[in-house]
Amino acid sequence: MADVALAPSLAGRYTQAQLRNAGLFVLSVLGIYVLQPAMPIRQMDFWLPTAALLLAVVVWAATAAADRSARALIADGSGIAVVLLGIAGTRYIEPLSTLFTRTLAPDVLTVLLALAFGGAVALLIARLIGPRPGWTWGVLAALVALLVALKVEPLTQALAGALRAWQGQSVAAASALDVRWLGFSYLFFRLVAALRERAAGRLPRMSLREFITYALFAPAWIAGPIDRPERFLRDLRADFCFNLADSMEGGRRVAVGAFKKFVLADLLALFALNEVNALQVRGAAWAWLLLYAYALRIYFDFGGYSDIAIGIARVFGIRLPENFSRPYLKPNLTQFWNSWHISLAQWFRAYYFNPLTRALRTRGWPAPAIILTGQLTTMLLIGLWHGVTWNFAIWGAWHGLGLFIHNRWADFARARAMPEPPALQRALGAALTFHFVALGWVWFALPDPALAWRMVATLFGL
Amino acid sequence: MNRCSLARILAKTLAWFVLFNALFAWANTPDNAGVSALGQLSLYNALWPGRLRLPYGDDPGRAYNISLYSLEAMFASHVVSSRPSVEFRVFLIGDSATWGWLLRNEETLAGQLNALGLRAPDGRPVRAYNLGYPIMSLTKDLLILRHALRHQPDLVVWLVTLESFPSEAQLDHPIVRHNAPAVRAMIADYALRADPNDPRFVTPTLLERTLVGQRRALADWLRLQAYGALWGATGIDQHYPERYEPAQRDFDADLRFRQFTPPELPKSALAFDVLDAGIRMATEAGVPMLIVNEPILISQGRNSHLRYNALYPRWAYDAYRAMLRAHLAQGQARYLDAWDSVPQAEFTNSAVHLTPRGVRLLAEAIAPAIADLTARR
Repeated sequence: MADVALAPSLAGRYTQAQLRNAGLFVLSVLGIYVLQPAMPIRQMDFWLPTAALLLAVVVWAATAAADRSARALIADGSGIAVVLLGIAGTRYIEPLSTLFTRTLAPDVLTVLLALAFGGAVALLIARLIGPRPGWTWGVLAALVALLVALKVEPLTQALAGALRAWQGQSVAAASALDVRWLGFSYLFFRLVAALRERAAGRLPRMSLREFITYALFAPAWIAGPIDRPERFLRDLRADFCFNLADSMEGGRRVAVGAFKKFVLADLLALFALNEVNALQVRGAAWAWLLLYAYALRIYFDFGGYSDIAIGIARVFGIRLPENFSRPYLKPNLTQFWNSWHISLAQWFRAYYFNPLTRALRTRGWPAPAIILTGQLTTMLLIGLWHGVTWNFAIWGAWHGLGLFIHNRWADFARARAMPEPPALQRALGAALTFHFVALGWVWFALPDPALAWRMVATLFGL
Repeated sequence: MNRCSLARILAKTLAWFVLFNALFAWANTPDNAGVSALGQLSLYNALWPGRLRLPYGDDPGRAYNISLYSLEAMFASHVVSSRPSVEFRVFLIGDSATWGWLLRNEETLAGQLNALGLRAPDGRPVRAYNLGYPIMSLTKDLLILRHALRHQPDLVVWLVTLESFPSEAQLDHPIVRHNAPAVRAMIADYALRADPNDPRFVTPTLLERTLVGQRRALADWLRLQAYGALWGATGIDQHYPERYEPAQRDFDADLRFRQFTPPELPKSALAFDVLDAGIRMATEAGVPMLIVNEPILISQGRNSHLRYNALYPRWAYDAYRAMLRAHLAQGQARYLDAWDSVPQAEFTNSAVHLTPRGVRLLAEAIAPAIADLTARR
C-alpha cells in the first residue's frame, strides 16, 4: 500500500513532518485553554492553562540535556508568546472573545508581564538546575507539592482562597471545587517522567517546542495515555506524510471510542452505583446490578477516552501506548493490572516500584516483604493520586493486598510446577478477578467509608 | 492508497449514510410509525419490574423517570402490560392528581384503592392500575384510554376536573401534539370538534423521520430502558423535594376563568365531545366507566367567597359542575361528584394535588361505587 501525500508541503518549503509538528505544537497549546472549564475564580480558565505551560517550560529548562540552541529557542519562545498574546488578544474582538477561553482573557499587558515572568523563571532554572542533574529533585519536589495541594481538600481550599484574594474575590467563599485544573494529573506524570529520565541520563535532547508538544499533547491531555518522552520523540521526529491507512485506523479508533464513551458509558452512567442510589437500593441483587453497571461504565468511559486519544494521535502519526487490553477478562489480578490503565501502571513501575524494590533488595529485605511493601505502597499511591481520601486509600490497599496475595500464590504454584490451569479454571479465575475488582469499585465510587461499608453489607445481604 | 481511493471511500460512506437514513425514514412512515413500533420493545416486565405509573419526569437524574412522547413505550414500561393474572382490573385515568404528584406509589389513588383489599363478587381481587398522566387535557386522557383498552380492563375510572375541559387548550400539550396520527384518528372516529389540520399537530417531515431526525426519540427510549434498572433497584419514580410551595389560599378579587367572565361559561367552550367519545369508546369495548369529578381545594382564605382556589372562580366551577351533572344524567356512565370530599388541609402544592390522607379519603369515597360496578360486571 503506497503512502501518498494528501496535502502538498506549504510552498514546497517545509516537509509535512515539519508542518505537522508545528500544527501539533499550536494545537496542543491552544487545546489546554479550549478544554479548561470556567471556574468561580475569575480568569482561572486562562491562568491555570498558562501555569501548565509555565511548568512545562520550567521542567524543560531544568533538564540540561535540553536543546537550547539560541535560534531554536527564540523561535519556540516567540511561538509560545504569539499563541498566548493571540488568546489574550481575542478579548478585544467581541465575536472571538470566548473562542479559546470560557471567560474573557486578561488584558495583553498582564499577559506580557506574565510572559516576562515565566521567561525569567525559566532562565533562572536553566542556569541553576540545568547543569546539575541532582538538583532536578527540587523541581520534582515542587511538582509533588503542587499535586498534593490539588488533591488534599483543605490545601486546595487554601489555594482557592489565595487565588481568590489575588483576583479580589471573597476569600470566605473559597472552596476546593474552585480549582479544577483540567489535565494537571497527567501533566504531572509526563513532567516527572522527563525529570526522572533526565536524572537517569536517558532523556534525549528536545527542543522547547518538542517538549511542549510532548507535555501538553492535546489528544492525551484529559485522560492520557501517559507516554514516555523518548518514545514520543521517536514518532515526532520520524518521517511523516499523511497516510490514508493510518488516518482510517485512527478514525476507526475514534469512532469505537466515541461509541464506548458517549453511548455505552453514558447509558450505563444513568444507573451505575453512586452516593445517592447507594442509599436507596433495595436488596442485594439490585445492588450487584448497580455495581456491575459502575464497573462497566468506568471501563467504557476511560477506555473510550483512551481510544479517542489514540485514534486522533494516530492520524498525526503519533502512536500513543495502549491503555486497556480486555482487563475484565483476565484470569488474575496481576494480569488485570497489566491490562488496566496500562500506561499508569507502567509509569509507577518505572519510576516508583522498580527503584523502591531495588533499594529494598540492596538493604537485604526478604522477598515477600519487598513485594508487599512495593505493591501495597504503589497501589496506595495510585489510589491517593485520584484524591486524598480514606476511600481511595482503602481502594489502593485492597488492590495492593490482592496483588501481593496473588504474587505469593503464583510463586507457590511455580515452585510446585503446577500445570497451566484448564479453560474452566481460567474462566472461574476471570470471574473471581472481576468480582474482586468490582468490590474494590465500591470504595472508589462512594465518597466515604461508612457508606461504602453499608453498600458492601447490602451486596452480601447483611 | 491514493486520492481516488479516498474519494471512493468518502463517497461510499456518504452513500451508505444516506441510504440507511432513507431506509429508516421509509420504515418510519407514516408519521413515525416505525419508531412508535420500536416503543413496544421494552426491558420492563421482563428484566425490570413494570412501572406502577406512566413514565413522566422533569428531573430524570433524581426521579429515575423520563417524559417521552411514545405512548407505546410508555405503556410497554407500565405494569399494566405484564401478563394479566386473575383479577378485576380497574384502570384509573386522569391528571397529575391521579398520577400522584408528590406521592409515593403506595400513596396514590391506585395504591390506596389496592390497600383497601376490595374483591369482586366472583372472588377476584380488585386491582387498580394508575394510568394518570400529569397533564390536564381530556384529549390526552382519551389518547391514554384508547391504548389502555388493549389491556383488558374490567372497569375504567376517569377522574376529571374543569381545567381539563377547555376546548381551545386540548391540543396544547406536547404528548397530544406529538401523537397526531392517533388524535386525528380519534377526531375522525368520534367526530370530535378539534381540527385535524390544527397547526399545533407535529407532523414529521421526511428528514425528521430519518435516523438522524429521530435521534432524540431513540435516545429517550434508550434512557427509559436504562432508568428501569434504578426504578427496580430503588422503587423511586419521582423526585420528592424536601419543601414545596403550598397551594395558594388567598386570592385577588379576580373572577376570570381563562378568557371567560361571569356569568357566561358556554358549554360549547368545553370539550364534552371528548368526554362523550371516551364513554363511547369504553362502551364499545364492553367496559363500564365511572366518571369522577375530582376533589378540589375549597379555600377559606382571602376572597374565597369569589374563588374556590387559584384555578377556579366559584361561578365558573359551579356552572361546570351543573353542566357535567346534567350531561351525565343520561346514564351512559356512572358519575360520582367528589369535588368537596377532601378538606383544604389535605392539599399539597396545587388545587388538585392531595396529601396521602386526602387520597385515602377519596379512595374511600370511590370504593363503594367501584364495588357496586364490580357486582354489575
